[in-house]
Amino acid sequence: MFKKALTEGLWKQNAGVVQLLGLCPTLAVTTTVVNGVSLGIATMIVMILSNGAISPIRKFVPDEVRVPIFILVIAGLVTAIDLSVHAFAEPLYRALGIFIPLIVTNCIVLARVESFASKNPTLPSIYDGFFMGLGLCIVLAILGGMREFLGRGTLFSDLDLIFGKSFENFGIQFFDNYEGFLLAVLPPGAFLGLALLIAITNWINQKN
Amino acid sequence: MINFLMKYKVVAQTIFVMLLFGLIFSAFLSFFYEKTNPIILKSEAEAKERLLLQVITKDLYDNDLSKDFIEILPNPYLKNKLSTKAYLAKKSNEVQAVILETRAPDGYSGDIYLLVGINRQGEIIGSRVIKHQETPGLGDYIDIRKGKWIEIFKEASLKIYSEKDWGVIKDNGKFDYVAGATITPRAVIKAIHNALIYFEYNKQEFGIDV
Repeated sequence: MFKKALTEGLWKQNAGVVQLLGLCPTLAVTTTVVNGVSLGIATMIVMILSNGAISPIRKFVPDEVRVPIFILVIAGLVTAIDLSVHAFAEPLYRALGIFIPLIVTNCIVLARVESFASKNPTLPSIYDGFFMGLGLCIVLAILGGMREFLGRGTLFSDLDLIFGKSFENFGIQFFDNYEGFLLAVLPPGAFLGLALLIAITNWINQKN
Repeated sequence: MINFLMKYKVVAQTIFVMLLFGLIFSAFLSFFYEKTNPIILKSEAEAKERLLLQVITKDLYDNDLSKDFIEILPNPYLKNKLSTKAYLAKKSNEVQAVILETRAPDGYSGDIYLLVGINRQGEIIGSRVIKHQETPGLGDYIDIRKGKWIEIFKEASLKIYSEKDWGVIKDNGKFDYVAGATITPRAVIKAIHNALIYFEYNKQEFGIDV
């Protein structure tokens, strides 16, 4: 059960590169590793909580109104996370902006609630939310890393957005006087990068 | 009839369940909001002070900057759409510097918002772009995170630069810029110039004797 959730979430049904759900944040915020991972973690927390909250009450939710109720639960949880990020990580809140509230509209969250949590017991649902979220988070991290490395010649910059001022110079600068590669930072870079990741995934799957 | 009742029952049930969920989650959210709101206000105030500290040094004031301000109504110099705040940096109750928030409406893409710190003598002590949507990699060097360009305004004043000096070198002005993006620095230079003019006209209001 645990192992199945792990392989499904991280590889076979990966939200980012296999199911292609939740592309909006995948493409929009992955300009740096830190941005990508932050949103990935926020999404993961929402998925764990929403799966965990909906699974125990699944028998009390009438079939006709299940989607509005799922959305209500998800929106409530996302708002709570939005408020927490605003309170405890102000700079990160500025960097991610509208994309935290937009987790509500991320298909992957509703998709897992609808197709998994509403049919399965609580514990497996929590595993499912965790690994699906982790799978997406890893894709966001890799894509963010690719775009940051190519576009700005750095990795893990802006870490102070999450951990405060002491982490300001934690980022790795690879080249001196790197001019930057604009395409990687702009939206086309996100599409090209994601396409590359999907291609690699498919290639590995075909080889096996 | 029985069919109708059965249907009615389902409707009543769904209404009840939705209502219940609505109530539970509004209670949850209002509780959460109450708990986080003071922290949010505090961290926003801190962020504001961090922002103000970028255009002014700590040794210039001993008052609580975030509480010592005057409202400025919309005017053609600062181009503010709503009334904004001018923060007064005071030392022993004497105004040492004023921090103005100004808007450059003629950037390449959308409004550019700036903070400009001006001392008693009418010299710029610091300037920062606080919000913009200029093209990444081209016009965004006005942002301190992308480049040091914005610091060329340090110590600039209406005394050392005449009217026509306030432009990029290409337009026979005195200010450097990065080739390929001239619209952005033009807008910023104009906005900062206008902020200085506004300061000059309203000195007395800020409590600085002429």
